[in-house]
Amino acid sequence: MAPKLPLHHPVEQSSTANAGGQAAAHPAPRYGIKRWLLTTNHKEIGSLYLIFSLTMFFIGGTFAMVVRAELFQPGLQLVEPEFFNQMTTMHGLIMVFGAIMPSFVGLANWMIPLQIGAPDMALPRLNNFSFWLLPVAFTLLLSTLLMPGGGPNFGWTFYAPLSTTYAPPSTTFFILSLHIAGISSILGAINIIATVLNLRAPGMRMMDMPLFCWTWLITAFLLIAVMPVLAGAVTMMLMDINFGTSFFNAAGGGDPVLFQHLFWFFGHPEVYIMILPAFGIVSAIIPTFSRKRLFGYASMVYATGAIAILSFMVWAHHMFTVGMPLTAELFFMYTTMLIAVPTGVKVFNWVATMFRGSISFEPPMLFALAFVVQFTIGGFSGLMLAISPADFQYHDTYFVVAHFHYVLVPGALFAILAAAYYWLPKWTGHYPNLRLAQWHFWLSVIGVNLTFFPMHFAGLAGMPRRIPDYALQFADFNLASSLGGFLFGASQLLFVWLIIKCVRGGEKAPAKAWEGAEDLEWSVPSPAPLHTFEHPPTFRHESK
Amino acid sequence: MRTCIVWIAGCLVVPLTTTLAMANGWNMPVGVTDVSREIHSLHMTIFWICVVIGVLVFGVMFYSLFRFRHSKGVKASHFHEHTLVEVIWTAIPLLILVGMAVPATATLKKMYDPADADLDVMIIGQQWRWRYEYLGEDVAFTSNLGTPRETVRGEGERGEHYLREVDEPLVLPVDRKVRFLMTSDDVIHSWWVPDLAVKQDTIPGFVNENWVRINEPGVYRGQCAELCGIDHGFMPIVVHAMEEEAFDEWLAERKEAAAQEASGVDREWGLEELMARGEESYNAVCASCHQPDGGGNAPAFPALAGNQALMEERERHVETVINGVSGAAMPAFRNTLSPVEIAAVITYERNAWGNETGDVIQPSDIAERLAD
Repeated sequence: MAPKLPLHHPVEQSSTANAGGQAAAHPAPRYGIKRWLLTTNHKEIGSLYLIFSLTMFFIGGTFAMVVRAELFQPGLQLVEPEFFNQMTTMHGLIMVFGAIMPSFVGLANWMIPLQIGAPDMALPRLNNFSFWLLPVAFTLLLSTLLMPGGGPNFGWTFYAPLSTTYAPPSTTFFILSLHIAGISSILGAINIIATVLNLRAPGMRMMDMPLFCWTWLITAFLLIAVMPVLAGAVTMMLMDINFGTSFFNAAGGGDPVLFQHLFWFFGHPEVYIMILPAFGIVSAIIPTFSRKRLFGYASMVYATGAIAILSFMVWAHHMFTVGMPLTAELFFMYTTMLIAVPTGVKVFNWVATMFRGSISFEPPMLFALAFVVQFTIGGFSGLMLAISPADFQYHDTYFVVAHFHYVLVPGALFAILAAAYYWLPKWTGHYPNLRLAQWHFWLSVIGVNLTFFPMHFAGLAGMPRRIPDYALQFADFNLASSLGGFLFGASQLLFVWLIIKCVRGGEKAPAKAWEGAEDLEWSVPSPAPLHTFEHPPTFRHESK
Repeated sequence: MRTCIVWIAGCLVVPLTTTLAMANGWNMPVGVTDVSREIHSLHMTIFWICVVIGVLVFGVMFYSLFRFRHSKGVKASHFHEHTLVEVIWTAIPLLILVGMAVPATATLKKMYDPADADLDVMIIGQQWRWRYEYLGEDVAFTSNLGTPRETVRGEGERGEHYLREVDEPLVLPVDRKVRFLMTSDDVIHSWWVPDLAVKQDTIPGFVNENWVRINEPGVYRGQCAELCGIDHGFMPIVVHAMEEEAFDEWLAERKEAAAQEASGVDREWGLEELMARGEESYNAVCASCHQPDGGGNAPAFPALAGNQALMEERERHVETVINGVSGAAMPAFRNTLSPVEIAAVITYERNAWGNETGDVIQPSDIAERLAD
């Protein structure tokens, strides 16, 4: 592990092509729409991914606002239950597949080549293809809302037979859009694996890579392992709906519980797909702003690997109430509890990194610190949910909603925001506006906790998830959650404004934008020119 | 000074969380069965473990944030990797987890032992109501949302048990072991009453088991926990736990009423009384999909009012209600409604909302068909 600077040779950079015989490799850039449609440049594709995911974040966020507005007080006021179910379902699908996942792919596209000293991703054309599949998939998915019978209304987990025999006619389009998004994920994952394994700068060993590359490498293997399982499950749905099979139809000899096993065999690793890259981001930011190297690099790598392996052995903890045999309940309870160990190792590592460091509180650090605290709260409720007997009370309540939102919003999303603040100087050449960033941070922290913390109480008091109206004893919790939700949603507009300002101007950032930053990306100028590392840097690793 | 801040923070956090954790209506109910008490104590144990770990970890973290600030000119030290520390912080959580797994396993084993029950109750989930059958007692009924739809839309006062009231509660005895056999007629539902600590999915094609032995008489409320379609939020459960003698009396009364209902099958029924009976059943069972005015909810749920096919094809209408429509949302009612109710509902649908066919369907005919 670590400090890689200075390089032996000054690295040649160019915005299009340079004099060193590289012109043939890079034809003159195209302009207008074609530039973006046909680009094979990892930075441009990275930006496309990030802009796409931000767009989806606001669309999915709008759906969440509809849900929170309806739940603002008891009774049905704004929407019909039918539409409410479509909103909860679409919110989940869009946020998981359209916002969180693509934003991590965007960050990987931008940063992995820069962090390992590669000129681009290993498979640039495939990269273009895997991005452009996404707008197709999500246009299709969103269009189902306008079809007769409405869009998906069976929850983002789409349990059969509600999603097959009892589903709206648009479900076939929903299945197709998941297939397309899944292909995009698999291709993106292949690309990342190929890049990390083949394109590291000469001399950079696996154990020299920044943790973001490590966590993404492991995430990519998870994606390749589980996206085909999802594809298989939705194909079986497709057959049940359109071709008269009975995979999940009990009346035809099928098994509705099989669907849940298939879904969660995909779904649980999927949860880690949405958090492992966040671990990598936070493991870069905390050392930078503590001015101290990560406490245990190797144990972080091993912990990530352990979490990934365990993620394949815990899926049925989502199904404790379906009536599994006692031995299965016990097995999945024990394996689920085990996950707390490597996750704890990570949290302890971050804290130990800060201990006796020299800490400053720039915006990326603020979000990373909030991540550590809030993700840990989500981890605690996860530990509680692992206790199978207690899960009989927690399952399918707002306690679960609180849990996974704590891991995904103040967790994964905060890490993505931290990453954006961390790398915006590298992307745009300007520091983000400090004042605005601090406002964004504090409003987000207050909003997100006001939204999701009361949900713990609502769930424990007995409120099930996915209901459009509720008994009166849950009214206060929901009022708080709705107010918090509106605050959090509105404060994300500040983030958009901040990005626009940052792209247009602001304080100029040097190559090494943060004093304590050590990785290779800080050796290229800010903003990073279109083509970097055309000649591989010579990487010098510190003797252990 | 810094130690002070940590202490103050700690002193604030612990009582605050305690108060919240203990406050009524903010926490998991202790419940009224031995199992629910054990589950509650597991819940509190793991909660306090989390609080202690949280105070320690966040304590060190916030101490570091206050103590080692760049702005105060603190220079970073350069230590990293310490095998002993890393082994300790792997081993201790592991030990805590083992300590937690032991009581959890014991409780789970108890929950998985429905043997030697005094009473078997079949619980059937249906979109969007619960059906209860007292096995071997010839007593069965469905339990529908008791809150009027208009109240949901904002007309009239919302009572104390808004959305948690039913037309007919499940009645159970205290101090007897009651075994639940749970299944579904359509999609997956989940039968959940927090005070009984029973949450079990009802799955079409499966029969799940669970059990309770209620310690205190009372009324315990819950609702469906698994998304099951449009009216998932309107599928409450009310359990009325009675003293044993009162329960036996209630059961005997219900048995007699059921016998009377069965004898009603044989006599000739008139249009008027069938319409009255049919309206009652239709509103309880059919209206959630086909709407009280028969207007339906296209495309899944066709309109019945003014439906030409329905009015012309009497035979198909009867067949549809009895056996449902394979591959569609329409369930079979042969096992959930009595012959009288089926005849009344069909008669009602063929004569209400301007569907003036004048057809009268006799319960005896339905009973004959069901016997085939």
